[in-house]
Amino acid sequence: MTDWHLLSLVTFLPLLGAVFILTVRGDEAVVARNARNVALLTSSVTFLLSLGLWFNFDPTTANFQFQESAPWLPGLGINYRMGVDGISVLFVLLSTLLTPLCILSSWEAIKVRVKEYMIAFLILETMMVGMFCALDLFVFYMFFEGVLIPMFVIIGVWGGPRRVYAAFKFFLYTLLGSVLMLLALLAMYFAAGNTSDIPTLLAFNFPASMQPWLWLALFASFSVKVPMWPVHTWLPDAHVEAPTAGSVILAGVLLKMGAYGFVRFSVPMLPEATITFTPLIYTLSVIAVIYTSLVALAQEDMKKLIAYSSVAHMGFVTIGLFAMTQQSVEGALFQMLSHGVVAGALFLCVGVVYDRMHTREIAAYGGLVGRMPRYALVFMVFMLGSVGLPGTSGFVGEFLILLGVFQVNTWVALFTTTGVVLGAAYMLYLYRRIIFGKLVRPELKGILDLSLREVVIFAPLVILVLWMGVYPTPFLEMFHASVAALIEKNEIARAATTAATSALALAVH
Amino acid sequence: MYVAVVFLPLLGAFIAGLFGRTLGDRGAQLVTCAGLGGSAAMAVGIFLDVAVGGHAQTHELFTWISSGTLDITWALKYDTLTAVMLLVVTLVSFMVHVYSIGYMHHDPSVPRFMSYLSLFTFCMLMLVTAGNLVQLFFGWEGVGLCSYLLIGFWNDRPSANAAAIKAFVVNRVGDFGFALGIFGIYYLFGSVNFEAIFAAAPQHAHETVQFFGVSGNAMTIICLLLFVGAMGKSAQIGLHTWLPDAMEGPTPVSALIHAATMVTAGVFMVARMSPLFELSETALMVVTVVGATTAFFAATIGCVQNDIKRVIAYSTCSQLGYMFFALGVSAYQAAIFHLMTHAFFKSLLFLGAGSVIHAMSGEQDMRRMGGIWRHVKITYAVMWIGSLALAGIPFFAGYYSKDIILEAAFGAHSAVGEYAYWMGIAAAFMTAFYSWRLLLMTFHGKAHAEDRVMAHVHESPLVITVPLMLLALGAVFSGIIGVGAFVGEGREGFWREALVVLGSHPALEAAHHSPWLVSLLPIIVGAGGIALAYGFYVYMPAVPLGLARALPAVHRFLLNKWYFDEAYDFLFVRPAFALGRGLWKDGDGAVIDAVGPDGIAAATRSVARRMAALQSGYVYHYAFAMIAGVTAFVSWYMFLYQG
Repeated sequence: MTDWHLLSLVTFLPLLGAVFILTVRGDEAVVARNARNVALLTSSVTFLLSLGLWFNFDPTTANFQFQESAPWLPGLGINYRMGVDGISVLFVLLSTLLTPLCILSSWEAIKVRVKEYMIAFLILETMMVGMFCALDLFVFYMFFEGVLIPMFVIIGVWGGPRRVYAAFKFFLYTLLGSVLMLLALLAMYFAAGNTSDIPTLLAFNFPASMQPWLWLALFASFSVKVPMWPVHTWLPDAHVEAPTAGSVILAGVLLKMGAYGFVRFSVPMLPEATITFTPLIYTLSVIAVIYTSLVALAQEDMKKLIAYSSVAHMGFVTIGLFAMTQQSVEGALFQMLSHGVVAGALFLCVGVVYDRMHTREIAAYGGLVGRMPRYALVFMVFMLGSVGLPGTSGFVGEFLILLGVFQVNTWVALFTTTGVVLGAAYMLYLYRRIIFGKLVRPELKGILDLSLREVVIFAPLVILVLWMGVYPTPFLEMFHASVAALIEKNEIARAATTAATSALALAVH
Repeated sequence: MYVAVVFLPLLGAFIAGLFGRTLGDRGAQLVTCAGLGGSAAMAVGIFLDVAVGGHAQTHELFTWISSGTLDITWALKYDTLTAVMLLVVTLVSFMVHVYSIGYMHHDPSVPRFMSYLSLFTFCMLMLVTAGNLVQLFFGWEGVGLCSYLLIGFWNDRPSANAAAIKAFVVNRVGDFGFALGIFGIYYLFGSVNFEAIFAAAPQHAHETVQFFGVSGNAMTIICLLLFVGAMGKSAQIGLHTWLPDAMEGPTPVSALIHAATMVTAGVFMVARMSPLFELSETALMVVTVVGATTAFFAATIGCVQNDIKRVIAYSTCSQLGYMFFALGVSAYQAAIFHLMTHAFFKSLLFLGAGSVIHAMSGEQDMRRMGGIWRHVKITYAVMWIGSLALAGIPFFAGYYSKDIILEAAFGAHSAVGEYAYWMGIAAAFMTAFYSWRLLLMTFHGKAHAEDRVMAHVHESPLVITVPLMLLALGAVFSGIIGVGAFVGEGREGFWREALVVLGSHPALEAAHHSPWLVSLLPIIVGAGGIALAYGFYVYMPAVPLGLARALPAVHRFLLNKWYFDEAYDFLFVRPAFALGRGLWKDGDGAVIDAVGPDGIAAATRSVARRMAALQSGYVYHYAFAMIAGVTAFVSWYMFLYQG
């Protein structure tokens, strides 16, 4: 498989598709049709290729697989280096799965500048996949920041009425983080002896005095992306203004970038600082879980409600990652996947009714079950996934996180578990207001149930949510070795810190 | 057989749910009833093999969640406790399925209803056959979901939707405790499988742990957390508020879920965890007090309600209290015995009430009933049987199970046992009273309904009355048949390892040697309750009205259900919404955004305005700035690298 250059193929095939669309000329309708077809075809082929990663991945080792390396800036020791391990491989698949579904969901919703839209989406896919595969600091940085460009464009061009404000707000939040992160990456590059190779950096022990600063600089960037409280306020606005497919990618993949950054850089490379700052993460995450759940309860806009629930769910993830037990970290990674599917699907659900009625106001709906039974069923499945009902993917992630964190900190587990109660309240309340009740509004009387195209979009997601809930082993298996290695490293650091503290205590006495 | 018994209902639910429109109402009813019928037949076979034959066994299906040392398997565990539950659940569910064919035939969404019922049964079976706590939790939340769907079945009614959400959320509060209990068990035992936990339990009996800053006996903390879950599901005082509202669902649902099966899941769970509860005196004490208090408190409310289904709902709540204090005094066998007899007579009462409601064209208020017994003789007869069983009149099913519970409470020879006994006696008196109040108001006296309704009163068709009669058989005979094996001499050979009772908890043995007055008192107060009901509602109807008028505060307090709903609304519901709105508008809006992005944006704008003033347009200004800049840069460079 190595000589196939599978990772590069999966990463750059969408870009190739984008270039191809660029060359299409002719009548506007023809261009639009061709752009849609090419985008769907390219992203579907990309997905099928990425399945090769799934089938050929060896889950028994924590090493990077499907590695590729080519000199890029040899003078500086910077290489184009790609590879995936148990932590990143499934996120590549998540990105390649969601992209064709997004393109399919935009089939009729996007009517202007179709060509540009499809190009933006394909570039976005390249950036996302590249970000999860990159094994070089600067390649990573390029993709990590590069993701934002097509996303800005998608929100800014095809977004809602306040799209400029939303894009601007997102930009402001990200700006500071990005600068600090670049500084941190540069510092790491120099400290480790002019190398930007991630596997080398993972093995390198950064001096303890340097770690807190590096950690904080990275934190500035990753926490915005997660997003953690209190730097989350860009997310509801960005979601509300983004077109449906933009929201799906935003919730499905982009929110995972921050957590992925933590687990790829902060936690393994800066283990001592991670231990120092774990209480900070706990505090912010617990606040996020409770605070945003309560805020979600009061929302009147469907997308905002789901956006706030995303912040709460990502709070679970950060808690799990930093609790550093096998269960909590695997649970956090699983929750990231599960949330990618469930939240993505929930935004698609909002998109379904938005396409029909052109409003996201919850009060504008009610009683849809009578007219749209299939929609009600699909929405119910994802609503339950979000609530974390056993048998859906949401349960496995939340359960493992909470079980894991309980082993190290019962207080955090206690507070986080309240999120489960609140989560049920706001999701059921949302579902009731949209689906149940009497259908009284005259404009809803003619609303149509899911079309075949929409059924095709939702079917794989429904199957995935239930599959991951009932038989999550194939997914969890991927994590085992890599997470075990991560935790081992953390435990060594913890032992060292404890030894240092006790030595210090001895010296003082 | 051991796998099919659980999955047949799921198959039925799938077929009826997904292909309901193609199959039609008749097809959906046929598929689900056939599934349940098959399941019930197999349950009888399993009961004979496992409980009577003594062949306890576990069937592992496949791995569910595996992470580090945590290993959870989908497994079906069969021992006597499971076999009893299996029998009760499938039999009652089958009766309810058949009954629903008749009861729901006017409804436009029959396939959906049948599908939910079968799905519920599947979840309940997963719950009782679970081989580990997490699968139990799966069933536990699954039945909660089905209960939510069925309470809100008539989803164009706002009250039904509100009740459905309330049921789910209040249950989640209980599950919050349950989940923490599971985490605690994993912390202590490193496993969530029953066999591993039970084997290791005695070694951990005196361990001390510190959870949430409270340090205490590990078993006590864990058992109390689990018990919070049981309180939610089984509607014990404090977390009971969802159960009466759950009566918004169709009556067959109330019979199956909110009387016979789901609400007893908490009792089942505590019995299943008996090896742990036995090790904590404190936890057992709490269970006893909560159970006894609930038995009393719910009975007081049952005495004044006017909605026929709500009376039975509070009665269920009260009877569950009996089961809990039986658990609390370590008479697990008696609790499960009462669970079984109660499943028969209470589902009978609910379905009978449904038949009455059906006959009265949907009327549920007992004040607008009366004088109909001649028109609905079968229903009338089975309601009598159900009430006799509920009131614990000798030789009906409830007599055997309730008597042994009260005797065991007395036999525990502890302060809480005594408290439970007297609460139980008081509740028994009220139980008989409200049961006959119900019978008399519904069937006797003057007709209070409109003539239009009265003209319509008719006995239900066979598809409704046959299940009623079959359940009536259970309400009459399940006690006398089961008493020997469940709580009598045969109990050791019947339960085997399914329940664990320490030698220091001999309440059940003592029950068989209680003083004659202790054994007789429940019957005496039962008869007294019936007599009082006759006195109030037949001979002196002015007295209850006068009583209500003389003690308005007490009456209002009871009628408003001890003001639990109002208190919770004031304490939790409204503050949560207000807090959410406040955090959103003030927290996110006025603080974070104003200081963060919007503040920076405003600051940037004002800097930009000042910068704009510098852009004068004169070339020499720019040239000067450029030269100054270059000078600064060069000097900085030279200082840095040459200095």
